[in-house]
Amino acid sequence: MGLRKFVDKIKPTFSEGGKLGFLHSTFEGFETFLYVPNTVTKKGAHIRDCNDIKRVMIVVVLALVPAMLFGMYNVGRLAGIEGVLPAFWYGFLEALPNIVVSYVVGLSIEFAFAQKRKHEINEGFLVTGLLIPLVMPIGVPCWIVALSTAFAVIIGKEVFGGTGMNVFNPALLARAFAFFAYTPQMSGEAVWYADGKTGATALEQLATTNQMEWSAMDAFWGFIPGSLGETSTAAILLGAALLLFTGVASWRIMLSVFVGGLAFGYLFDAVGMTDYPAYYHLLVGGFAFGAVFMATDPVTSAQTNCGKWIYGFMVGALAVLIRVVNPAYPEGMMLSILFMNALAPLIDYFVVERNIARRKKLIKNVK
Amino acid sequence: MKLSKNFTNPLAANNPVIVQILGICSALAVTVKLEPAFVMGLSVTFVCAFSNLFMSLLRKGVPSRIRIIVQLVVIATLVIVVDQFLRAYMYDVSKQLSVYVGLIITNCIVMGRVEAFALGNKPWDSFVDGVANGLGYAFILVLVAFFRELFGSGTLFGFDVLARFGYVNNSLMLFPPMALIIIGCIIWVHRSINKDLQEK
Repeated sequence: MGLRKFVDKIKPTFSEGGKLGFLHSTFEGFETFLYVPNTVTKKGAHIRDCNDIKRVMIVVVLALVPAMLFGMYNVGRLAGIEGVLPAFWYGFLEALPNIVVSYVVGLSIEFAFAQKRKHEINEGFLVTGLLIPLVMPIGVPCWIVALSTAFAVIIGKEVFGGTGMNVFNPALLARAFAFFAYTPQMSGEAVWYADGKTGATALEQLATTNQMEWSAMDAFWGFIPGSLGETSTAAILLGAALLLFTGVASWRIMLSVFVGGLAFGYLFDAVGMTDYPAYYHLLVGGFAFGAVFMATDPVTSAQTNCGKWIYGFMVGALAVLIRVVNPAYPEGMMLSILFMNALAPLIDYFVVERNIARRKKLIKNVK
Repeated sequence: MKLSKNFTNPLAANNPVIVQILGICSALAVTVKLEPAFVMGLSVTFVCAFSNLFMSLLRKGVPSRIRIIVQLVVIATLVIVVDQFLRAYMYDVSKQLSVYVGLIITNCIVMGRVEAFALGNKPWDSFVDGVANGLGYAFILVLVAFFRELFGSGTLFGFDVLARFGYVNNSLMLFPPMALIIIGCIIWVHRSINKDLQEK
């Protein structure tokens, strides 16, 4: 326990009144990163679990790992590199700069704000920082990643009061910023998904020609071009299993997003607006990734159980609606989740009001 | 109130856009480029100043029951004068501003100053108040347009500024939501300087 002793030894320097007291938040952030905090709640009836936000966030990061590893391998494979390991190494080197940039920019802003406000450092960025590079197309310039991250953290999160207070999912906000600000670099024919090669993603092919050159099986396992983390539905489901097993993410939201997407997919197929099976929607693009990692964000989704069903269903339904009806935005998942983020408090409000009205009626009947 | 205070107050501490949150609609619409924003700011200053002056001259003769309709006639006349002037001498800018020149009539700042100030003060004071409020509005418009044109198109008044350094245009700046965010940031800075404006 040499490290523990060392941390205890330097603790006074960083505490209130110490020489480096102004770095209090930073020190606290690193200490709880290394060790479970030993704070005891003295008043109020709060139940304190050793699973603080930091550990919850680490579970989400672990759940993201399969999708990320597969994404890296896929990049190398699409670049035409033989063998699993060399392909993975190639993709790893392609993706690493974006991941590093996203973490460095985002964490520095988080640290700066925490110091300024004398808060503890919020751990939410551990997940956001990994989500941002995963939802960006591979090969997007680093400065776009840096700028979008800064925008998402400052405008999307810090102005609302930091982690837990944000209205919109910061990672999606970063992607939305990049998408609208630098459209040519982010989507369309010009995006090169692998060294020198350009081409439309499966989603764009479906939107324009109603078919794609890959089979549904390829799309499920993830052998299609797309953003780093979104291609393999199988790897994402592996992460989903971990999230559901640990109870970090809400199964209601996940399930209802898929139900909503399928329902609208079948609807559009039935009326003849699309010419491919409804389940394609769940396999291509960011649908599965959004459903598992983005829509279930506990801060920005609906809080009530009934609200979660409505919220999830609308996310899935709107995503398919935007994909099919609006050809300018082949990827509807981002817009639909952001839109439902804005509506989530309203949904909760009506669910709660309805419950109150129901209970009141019950009292009347008893009397 | 002292005349100098009367003039400086609407420019900063009681700015119509960032403190009273008036005139936001046009601030989002005409701030893509500096030139239309500049012209729009001057037009509003003109309308605001002279509607204040005329209503202050008329204030004793107008029964309060019909004052709104009289105000509208005065403001609408001034707006038509501005509109015709722009069409005659600055046709391109007039095209870019399109309906927003006509919509000055509905700009809350103009009517607000007439109601709140001109009807109860002397003509010269009212005129100064109108000019100051118009300039307060124009200042914010130009500030927003400066950032939007600089980062959205890489130019200032149409001249290349950033493009020669290999700057990639940020097209989000050209969308109205970004104008709202920039105004929000200006309010943020303004309130961190003027701490008494912060809501508890």
